[in-house]
Amino acid sequence: MRIEEYLRNSTGKNGAKAALVADGRRMSYAEISDLSDRLAASLMERGVAKGDRVLVFMENTWEAAVSIFAVWKAGAVLCPTNPSVKAARLSFVIRDCRPTVVIAQGKLAGVVAEATANTQTVPQVILTAPHAALPEALDFEACLQGKPRPMPGGMSENDLAIIIYTSGSTGEPKGVMMAHSNMDAAAGSIVGYLENTADDIILNVLPMAFGYGLYQLLMSVRLGATLVLEKSFAFPAAILQRIRDERATGFPLVPSMVAMMLQMRDFDPSYLASLRYMTNAAAALPVAHLAQIRALLPHVRFYSMYGLTECTRATWLPPQELDRRPGSVGIAIPGTYAAVVDETGARVPAGVTGELVVSGPHLMLGYWENPEATKRALRPDPATGKIRLHTGDLFRTDAEGFLYFVARKDDIIKSRGEKVAPKEVEAVLYTLPGIVEAIVIGVPDPVLGQAVKALVVSSDPNLTEQEVIRHCARNLENFMVPKSVEFRASLPKTDSGKLSRRLAAAVPEQTGPDQ
Amino acid sequence: MSDLTRTEIRNFIVENFLFGDDSRPLPDEMSLIDNDLVDSTGILELVGFLEEHFELKIADSDIVPANLDSIEKIVVFVRQKQAN
Repeated sequence: MRIEEYLRNSTGKNGAKAALVADGRRMSYAEISDLSDRLAASLMERGVAKGDRVLVFMENTWEAAVSIFAVWKAGAVLCPTNPSVKAARLSFVIRDCRPTVVIAQGKLAGVVAEATANTQTVPQVILTAPHAALPEALDFEACLQGKPRPMPGGMSENDLAIIIYTSGSTGEPKGVMMAHSNMDAAAGSIVGYLENTADDIILNVLPMAFGYGLYQLLMSVRLGATLVLEKSFAFPAAILQRIRDERATGFPLVPSMVAMMLQMRDFDPSYLASLRYMTNAAAALPVAHLAQIRALLPHVRFYSMYGLTECTRATWLPPQELDRRPGSVGIAIPGTYAAVVDETGARVPAGVTGELVVSGPHLMLGYWENPEATKRALRPDPATGKIRLHTGDLFRTDAEGFLYFVARKDDIIKSRGEKVAPKEVEAVLYTLPGIVEAIVIGVPDPVLGQAVKALVVSSDPNLTEQEVIRHCARNLENFMVPKSVEFRASLPKTDSGKLSRRLAAAVPEQTGPDQ
Repeated sequence: MSDLTRTEIRNFIVENFLFGDDSRPLPDEMSLIDNDLVDSTGILELVGFLEEHFELKIADSDIVPANLDSIEKIVVFVRQKQAN
């Protein structure tokens, strides 16, 4: 089934029910359906054809939810983009996937203007609020007045539905492609093991620009449940209040949110009395934190999960296993397979570390216009020929077959549950005058999981840590910005003369310019 | 005295969230969150600073946008706390 059918079906069953609570508005299924029909019509009127890409560049807002479904109703491909990306990254994405339209929040117009200043073809822009940076942009509200028109013909669940860009260790993001059928398989599997029903009320603070956050919307709509949408966990007490006020039953988390809750001075578990379940994904949750949060909220079912953009979700731990194996991320999600293999692709015995490979209907189609990277990620099982996704993550199993994350194969850092490619940060550092050499590493952090740290050799004795961080903040998404910068006289290299991240992380601070 | 409070708060925000870039416009009423100046971990740093610098005790329930989302709101919040 195509994903926009979720909205049609749920609207048909109970159009008056609250689909979305966001930005002070309560919106019914009928309203979301109607608005997305009209926006879809406007998109088609503006020349969006079947298979065209439409970029949605917004925070978690009702406009984003309506846009997501409108894109699919128009037969187009959704490219959700994190609102904190800066112009350079946005420009890359636009040049790479060549969208016909960009739908953005008004306040992000400056970034869009800067990003499209040098692109060959400039997409049409629809803004949720007018902005001087893009005087020619179309108005979102006006686009909601579009007269609904018939959907394009020949649309199928095998059509490309989405391209989600994910950071890679080469430093350039890759566009993960999913068909509607892949997304449908993932969503169906997830609501199955979470035992979601139409009575669930999910409170989501996770960005819908990433799979984990986006699927909260898709699953909620699929079920005919209610989604309470918030933009961030910046004010934890306010979010706990929302959970209480809305009687939320589900609360998806990343480890840094758990750390923040555990740091609260007067955390009141009674605020979360309505919760039926919480989930963790995006990064490993420290076992101690898991134990503490479970102790505070014994009535809440906790699901430890693991996934990656390339297949949305890969594993889940049945909550009854939490006492026995708290460090495990469980078993393959229903309807899929997961195995730990060696370099040849053969399964390794229990207890032995290898790479996790995954197969099933939820796998990506591949990376957008990147056949080499696709071939490296999607490889046939040497024994059966079946295509498996190589996750790039090292895992082991225990004697009963439960999976444990060990480490990443590459040097990707996970900060706040978000992927940070050291090469991407290093590339930005090298654009700052005065930086001669730079290495970016992850260091343990009690809240972030890993904090991004830059080790630099500078030719400018007046360059300060603050200036370096400021430069990064101007050019990178917030979670990629180094939390600290260390100035060194030199950085270690391998025998072949290449800068070595591994050695740099191991060697203690050396005397450098006194900053 | 309140001018000093306002200046100290502004300086903290410019130093820690704008990384010293005082060329960026930062009116007293500008929403720090909406303009991506402060994010989730930044709020905790801000609270830590206010507690230490102004010798306040800040409860979880105080950590809401109404109290912290602009320089003006922070100044009002700090003054209220100091008065009690």
